[in-house]
Amino acid sequence: MADLTLAALAAQVFTGLVLGMILVLLAVGLSLIFGLMTVVNFAHGSLYMLGAYFGFFLLGLTKNFWISLVVAPLLVGVCGLVIERVLVRPLYGRSIDDPLLLTFGLSLVLVEAARMIWGKIGLTLDPPPALAGAVNLGFSAFPLYRLFVIGVTIAVLVALWLFLEKTDVGLIIRAGSRDRLMVRALGVDLGRIWLLVFGIGTALAGLAGILAGPMRGVYAEMGVTIVIESFVVVVVGGMGSLLGAIVAGILIGEVVSLTTYFMPKLAEIMVFVVMAVVLLVRPSGLFGEAGLME
Amino acid sequence: MIARVRDGVARHPVLSFFVFFAIFPFLVPYQALATQVLIFGLFALGFNLLYGFTGLLSFGHAAYYGLGAYGTGIALAKLRVGSLWGGLAIGVLAAVVGGAIIGFLCLRRRGIYFAMLTLAFAQLLYFIGFHLADWTGGDDGLRGIPALPIFVPGVGAVRLHTSTAFYYFAFVLVGLAVAALRRILDSPFGAVLQAIRENAERAAACGYNVRRVRWLAFVFSAGFTGLAGALDALRLSVVPIESLYWTTSGQAVIMTLLGGAGTFFGPFVGAGIFLVLEERLSAITESWPLVIGAVFMVFVLFLPKGVWGTLLARLSATPAGK
Repeated sequence: MADLTLAALAAQVFTGLVLGMILVLLAVGLSLIFGLMTVVNFAHGSLYMLGAYFGFFLLGLTKNFWISLVVAPLLVGVCGLVIERVLVRPLYGRSIDDPLLLTFGLSLVLVEAARMIWGKIGLTLDPPPALAGAVNLGFSAFPLYRLFVIGVTIAVLVALWLFLEKTDVGLIIRAGSRDRLMVRALGVDLGRIWLLVFGIGTALAGLAGILAGPMRGVYAEMGVTIVIESFVVVVVGGMGSLLGAIVAGILIGEVVSLTTYFMPKLAEIMVFVVMAVVLLVRPSGLFGEAGLME
Repeated sequence: MIARVRDGVARHPVLSFFVFFAIFPFLVPYQALATQVLIFGLFALGFNLLYGFTGLLSFGHAAYYGLGAYGTGIALAKLRVGSLWGGLAIGVLAAVVGGAIIGFLCLRRRGIYFAMLTLAFAQLLYFIGFHLADWTGGDDGLRGIPALPIFVPGVGAVRLHTSTAFYYFAFVLVGLAVAALRRILDSPFGAVLQAIRENAERAAACGYNVRRVRWLAFVFSAGFTGLAGALDALRLSVVPIESLYWTTSGQAVIMTLLGGAGTFFGPFVGAGIFLVLEERLSAITESWPLVIGAVFMVFVLFLPKGVWGTLLARLSATPAGK
């Protein structure tokens, strides 16, 4: 076992927080899409992967990380709009399992397409020079880029919260998650709202992908494990609850990071142990309401 | 003529299975394909019992397939169980016990959570299998499963060393599983399963313990799937770690939907289509999963009943039989 110093432990907690941020971005997108239209997007991990590859592509094109950071998620969001419009929309009104099945097929296609276009060998995405190096946090040095990831995620979450709570469209989204029939009866065109929310959710996945790229590498299968982990986050946090996704995302990130430190072999397994315990003790998740959205 | 065959198949599905698969090896280009169709068809059959007949979408059937394969493999290769029957029984038992525990946990949440939970627990087993390399061989897979002769009462020891012998050995076991499925579906329990699929609330109002019935269906499904895994371990005499990976779960989903979910023979039809597609496509392009994924999406969008289900619907004016 590594020597147990407070500084090393604190650094590990910080690393967990960074992983947690990536999971939160993915889980919030999943949860938002599910909450409004009861669609589980299995291809969410593939869109995360696309975000990283688009980032790589744009970085090669523009040589500017900041432009790539903004444009890559937008491009993924546009992919999301197309997916909702062309593939998912025909399935509304059918079994709740059908969109899940369809996006499962889509994830096979996207992963394989990425392999064809960008090759089987993983790529590296360099953080910009301004974010290279480390900062001294007092207890230990910590890579500046990772602090940046935490900052960006918090900013995006605050913006999302303001959008959902303070704007008219946000009000419709929240109302639509509660009672879609009533919102329709009030004369709101929910179809456009669904399109928008699918775009936002997938753009968040793309953002998570380009943010994770410099830390975890860019490869076609990068979305597979993490999308299963973000499913776990959604189950632990409670589906449809944004606060639940945030708390559970950070929790799972810390669990992975700390078990990697103390018992590396158990790191992947502990995630599922936490999930099983939550299921036994609180089946609806930490912040979920029992019976909602089943 | 077609109507008579149709009615015959509908009335005597188990007999039809035995007649068709008795001559099946002579209808396909090579025998290995026939054996694979049997085993993967049984795998999809197990999945279909849960998805097609009970209405529960599992994305984690690799767990029971892998438990069956590793259970049998470890019993024969590591524990030196000297009997093939013993090895098979241990594999199926491992899958049934695993299904009972995981099913209990997953059924605490319904609807869309269920699919995610089954996927998550299967991934848990994958990581456990990966790290328990002393028992499972880890990344290299479990090797050294001995090819034991099988002891048949009244006949004696039968060696399974030729592909024909192994095919007919699998044929008998899969046929018995098909007969068992027919028996389950025809029983009052089977009627309750389908009632729950159609309307769980009404079934509950009729006094049925919905969670318990679903749990039993889960355990049966895991048992069929485990037998498929166990047979595949014998066929390959090696268990690759991918047996537990989520792509294996995806295969069951794809095969069942291509063939026709909720139909009796759909899983075998789907397994045949999948295996032929995989073989033909992988000869042409490395990117064959892309084509399979696209075909699968087309089926979900436009042919949700699958090939067999659509065929049944076409052949009969009345709703598709079993």
